[in-house]
Amino acid sequence: MMKTTINGKLVTLQEELLDKNLVQYLREDLGLTGTKIGCDIGVCGTCTVLIDMLPQRSCKLKVKDIIDKQVITIEGMAAPDGTLHPIQQAFVDCGAIQCGFCTPGMVLSTYALLYKNPQPSREEIRKALQANLCRCTGYQQIVDAVVKASKQMHHKTLE
Amino acid sequence: MKNTTAFRNDAYAKVTGIAKYTDDYTMPGMLHAAPVYPNCASARILKINSSAALALPGVVAVFTAKDIPGSVKFGQIIRDYPTLADGIVNTTGDVLALVVAETRETAIRGAGLVNVELEMHSALLDPEEALLPGAKLINPEHGSNVCNKHQVRRGDIAAGEKESDLILEETFTTSRIEHAYLEPESSLCHLRPDGVMEVIGSMQHPFSTRRFVASTLGVKLSEVEVKTVPMGGGFGGKDDTAALVCARAALCAWLLKRPVKLTYTREWSMRESYKRHPYKLQYRMGLKKDGKIQFVKVRMVADGGAYCSVTPWVTWRSTVQCCGAYEVPNVHCDVYGVYTNNPFSGAMRGFGSPQVNFAIEQLIEMAGEKLGLSEQEIRRINMVKQGSTTITGQVLDTHVVSLSQAMDTVLKEIDYDKKRPRCSFGNPLAEEWYGIGFAISYRGMSLGAEGVDFNSAIINVQPDGSVLIETGVHENGQGSESAMILIAAEHLGIDKSLIRYRMASTSNIPDGGTTVASRGTILGGGAIVKAAEILRERLCEALGETEISLKDNSIYNSEGKKLMSWFEAIKLCYAKQIYPYAFGVFQAPKVSWDEDTGQGNAYFTWVYACQAVELSVNPKTKKVTLLNMVAAHDVGKAINPEMLKGQFYGGMAMGTGYALLEDLPVEKGMVKPTNLHTYRIARATDLPEMKAIFIEHPDPLTPSGAKGIGEPTNEIMAPAIANAIYRATGIRYKDQPLRIK
Repeated sequence: MMKTTINGKLVTLQEELLDKNLVQYLREDLGLTGTKIGCDIGVCGTCTVLIDMLPQRSCKLKVKDIIDKQVITIEGMAAPDGTLHPIQQAFVDCGAIQCGFCTPGMVLSTYALLYKNPQPSREEIRKALQANLCRCTGYQQIVDAVVKASKQMHHKTLE
Repeated sequence: MKNTTAFRNDAYAKVTGIAKYTDDYTMPGMLHAAPVYPNCASARILKINSSAALALPGVVAVFTAKDIPGSVKFGQIIRDYPTLADGIVNTTGDVLALVVAETRETAIRGAGLVNVELEMHSALLDPEEALLPGAKLINPEHGSNVCNKHQVRRGDIAAGEKESDLILEETFTTSRIEHAYLEPESSLCHLRPDGVMEVIGSMQHPFSTRRFVASTLGVKLSEVEVKTVPMGGGFGGKDDTAALVCARAALCAWLLKRPVKLTYTREWSMRESYKRHPYKLQYRMGLKKDGKIQFVKVRMVADGGAYCSVTPWVTWRSTVQCCGAYEVPNVHCDVYGVYTNNPFSGAMRGFGSPQVNFAIEQLIEMAGEKLGLSEQEIRRINMVKQGSTTITGQVLDTHVVSLSQAMDTVLKEIDYDKKRPRCSFGNPLAEEWYGIGFAISYRGMSLGAEGVDFNSAIINVQPDGSVLIETGVHENGQGSESAMILIAAEHLGIDKSLIRYRMASTSNIPDGGTTVASRGTILGGGAIVKAAEILRERLCEALGETEISLKDNSIYNSEGKKLMSWFEAIKLCYAKQIYPYAFGVFQAPKVSWDEDTGQGNAYFTWVYACQAVELSVNPKTKKVTLLNMVAAHDVGKAINPEMLKGQFYGGMAMGTGYALLEDLPVEKGMVKPTNLHTYRIARATDLPEMKAIFIEHPDPLTPSGAKGIGEPTNEIMAPAIANAIYRATGIRYKDQPLRIK
């Protein structure tokens, strides 16, 4: 039996689904519709998921690419009781959300960035998010949110 | 919550991924549709053979124009757009047929199997050619390829010529661009047991969508209900096109009596959706030695593409604002919206002003330079001031005219005077060229004389004091619902946590017009204020008072004495059988327009703005690096500061794309870029840090004091960049996007 872990839950992968596009599997078979489809060619970043903590384009992957991996989608970011992850809270507080279509991918790319580099400069943040397109915000408040989240998460680890 | 924290009623749902956009919904028994496109821009349809598609297992039906029970053609102004192509192909985005199947993959495969026989004609793709006598008619029933013409005739051009010491003649062009909302169009429709066609979709204008759907199905407006779900961006682009997608899904659902979803791929979206109008702008401007403009003569040709859409309205704004934010005594302006076989053009954030500003904000500096006047001086001499008369004869005296304040504020913030001498002007010795530039604008608010401009709001207070509100304004992603909640909270004197924005539907509230033209906050907010006034009267009635004030969840009398809490007052209303319910209407102040002279009070109020940019250009690679951007806009009153900033930054970013990145070349009538890899929008690394400055002079003519902001932010960054690039490279770029040589 082939398995994967999605948002901390062990999931058995059915043989006949292995060649299905990952984004469709997440959306249609698992109902995880927070992962969006904006271009379907791996450019816009709205389908971003984390695979072993690396941001990946789920529209460019197949189900077989996540065998024995740890997958995080936007639905896996908040605590089970609904409390927002500090990154999510920072996006809310900084006005980094408008239409919201890029938001799941942005939050996940931010999570991957802060995991690797807990205190990035604004320039490093822009680089890390350059593969996630946003048409509404001009990115300014998204960068603000990442800075705020990094400070808060850093503060938490110090505690 | 502190003032510095953003407020959005939908933030939690969007940041957790639980917000459901159209394509996130499914229904039992749901089918999927896919469109069939022609391979050319002009043809007669000889035959559409569906048998191969129908033979594919899983394909349920193939529909063409002959299956449409209602009107094949619809449109907001001229009914020239066929929901499915009927006999002729006019553009490569025409949909010839819809294939409906059990899965989306099957529908798409089936679409590839529909065999279409066309008699190809040569396409008419150049708007100037389309204007020539004898040119073939794109829409013969219209009788001309001139979709519309607007003009301004003011003063005496010959006299202006005589008075002028300097005359400039320049031609500018702007390109077709894509809205590039991140969510492609989508619609899910089903016929309810009560006989109503229920529509959800990614669209900007539920009421327009309802008209398209009802017309296509041949049913009454009351037999269609359009509901609002979160939508992934619009920027003006999800009006006609998105309504058409809904009409097509509704057609399939109507004919098959099963739910049908039609979700566009990015490729279909880019092929079919309307674009920003490409313009050619030919200016002749005369000035006196002292810098005062004597006359402007201008001819503009806008490529409207194959269908009318809102071309007459877009070009009307270009007409009213044809001289930029300047006083000009003698004006002769002709603006043509022209039919071609190109993809059609329609509404896009800015709506006819980005093109004009790109030209005029460079032209004014070119004139100043020739007269030995700085870019600030030439603007200061000519800009509209308190009490000025616009080129359409409107006297600006009903609100604070803050244009010079906006310019001074931005130039001070960016330290313009100090940095200006550093500009390189293509200095061959410099390793990196530096440039700084700015642009100013005034923008007429809301629809102006282009349309009927009113809106309504409902405030419905529940027995426990909680409140449901709704307006005829649509949440496009900009945060309009949140702004309405904040305005309601202020005017009802209650905590915003008590107020919920009701899920909007066309069956709940009267048609409030489209949420475009930066009119959402003005019109919807105005209606909320009016409704709050009526609700206060209900409370007065219940309390037996003639005057009360509402604040801190309490009711106070005219002497400031607390009478009771909000909750007690609401209980009292219900006990006395007085409904705490109000329906408020805000009617935009009257405007006027004379089509022959182009004179009138075009808009009831104006927003004044300045944006500036610093940049560098690498002399070898010609790469442009943006260093800093500052914007100031007179917003009337800031309702939701963080969301307001978001409108600034987003508009500046889009304006940057317009200047440097975005272009949609068309080959044989087909848009060449097919997806976001070949159509480049600004990324986080393309943009500098930005600063947003609010100028607040509450507008006496809007109940909330607020003006609009969505579009003003997106109409002057491109000329600001062009001006900065001139001062970096020494070269004027008069064609947008700027391609640095």
